[in-house]
Amino acid sequence: MVSAATSAPRGARIAVRGVSHRFDLPTGPLPVIEQLELALEPGEFVALLGPSGCGKSTLLRLVAGLEPATAGALTHDGAAIRRPDPSRIVVFQDPTLLPWRTVRDNVALGLQARGVLAAQRGRVDEALALVGLGEFAQALPHQLSGGMAQRVALARAIVNDPSLLVLDEPLGKLDSLTRLAMQAELVALWQRAGFSALLVTHDVEEAFFMAQRVVVLSERPARIVGELVNELPYPRHRGHPRLAELRHAALRLLGLDASW
Amino acid sequence: MTASLTGHAGPSTAVARDAARRGRVAWTGLAAAAAWIGFGVLTRAWPNKPVGFTDWAWTHELGTAACVAGAAFAALALVDGRAGRPGRAFRHAAPWLVALALILAAWEVATAKLALLPAPFFAPPQALADTYVEDWRRLGDSTWHSVQLLATGVGTGGVLGFLTGVAIGWSRLAGYWIHPVLRLVGPVPASALLPLAFFAFPSSHAAAIFLVSLATFFPVTVLTWSGVAGVNRQYYDVARTLGASEWFLVRHIAIPAALPQVFVGLFMGLGAAFSVLVTAEMMGVKSGLGWYLTWAQGWASYANMYAALIVMALVCSGSVALLFALRDRLLSWQKGTLKW
Repeated sequence: MVSAATSAPRGARIAVRGVSHRFDLPTGPLPVIEQLELALEPGEFVALLGPSGCGKSTLLRLVAGLEPATAGALTHDGAAIRRPDPSRIVVFQDPTLLPWRTVRDNVALGLQARGVLAAQRGRVDEALALVGLGEFAQALPHQLSGGMAQRVALARAIVNDPSLLVLDEPLGKLDSLTRLAMQAELVALWQRAGFSALLVTHDVEEAFFMAQRVVVLSERPARIVGELVNELPYPRHRGHPRLAELRHAALRLLGLDASW
Repeated sequence: MTASLTGHAGPSTAVARDAARRGRVAWTGLAAAAAWIGFGVLTRAWPNKPVGFTDWAWTHELGTAACVAGAAFAALALVDGRAGRPGRAFRHAAPWLVALALILAAWEVATAKLALLPAPFFAPPQALADTYVEDWRRLGDSTWHSVQLLATGVGTGGVLGFLTGVAIGWSRLAGYWIHPVLRLVGPVPASALLPLAFFAFPSSHAAAIFLVSLATFFPVTVLTWSGVAGVNRQYYDVARTLGASEWFLVRHIAIPAALPQVFVGLFMGLGAAFSVLVTAEMMGVKSGLGWYLTWAQGWASYANMYAALIVMALVCSGSVALLFALRDRLLSWQKGTLKW
């Protein structure tokens, strides 16, 4: 088990080997993931790109330990992933802040759940300052905009010093300007904290702007159809011709290059 | 410039309105004063119609009291703008004060002055005043007993219902055993168990507490349960990935998320509790407002009955107000909740 409170957070090494998963529906088993192989080096930023409903989010739930896989093995620094652990934190598409708690108390949730809040209270305000919401500590979730709420969710995740941040389309419901701003913020946060990041998205541009490696998945059941490496250094520029090349390559893998 | 002006339009017009009001007279306030003085004069000056027994006591005193109230309203109306908070409250209440005086006057005329309504059953306002002055000890004692019974019963039933609801909502095993019992027994009106309770319990007081608890228990249980069952599953996912234990999920996710529903249950439970409380007091408990009602009816002192009904209305409304105040405190994070 990896302790979440280590002072020098190191990125997690994640291995997904031969993982298949299916849902047992009344109409019969529905395969969502088939024979998937995936490896995350410590500190690496990998994006999973695939069509809507292809099983990307299910894969994230398996990596987070929220559900056991039907077949195959998932490991975190060599140890099997069996249950959720605060060293692997998920940021969902909805911020899912607890509406009865103030922003500060929402960010403190993880520390409180593990009984270390009294000792590490100062970290809550640090995390809030890091996402630029220091002044909103006393606000209630319904008083926040969508982008602000998602920033709080991010602060709630990073206050626990995760070694893996699992991002399940975290910017999917934001307006396009907020979205662009938060892509850059997330990358800056990742560079500073040094965790490994696994991002699920169906936005091709977002995947290549943020990640070092983009894994392209097929329609359900999800299989890997290709892998593209973006070697561009950070901070990146959206107008770079290499990004356009990579986007074209990804669309070809997804069978959408007729529109290029 | 224009933008900043419109930005401050709200508060600045309010200030202007207050300034204009400072030297002004509240006309509805004066109307209230006139109505109450009118009612007082009518009560005093118009002799009661004799109906074959001693005259209604307290007629003159009631008239005087109404005139004094009217004079106080007049004073408030004249100082209006300078009276601050009480002034604003009075201005808000003024139309109701007018209506109240008119209703009292009509009631006075229909009973004491013209005897249009059959005499012992319909008492005039001064007879109620008579009851409050002469019988306050017994009435107060009854009220105290009712309030005690209500608080004990609703407290017990509410706490047990809350715990049971959380248990059913959270644990499959608790649901398996409690759910069928709840389905069968819950909808039975608590008052149907009155005869059973009166011989099954050592005292009628204990029986009444049991019945009031039962009446509160059922709605609180069902709504707590539905609140816990209806919690957004994503809240649990988030908390679990952050390292929350089962107990933490119950204590910090399930219960706070279910709390709005719990209060709906308590509100419904309170209504059921009033009903069974009064029934129990009428049937066997030897104290309380329900007992006072039957006692007053037995002596054909209908004025006492009306007086007790008014007290009962105040107690019930007060309990609901208390519940809503507690809810507003605990659920201040919610938007746009109903004000009692």
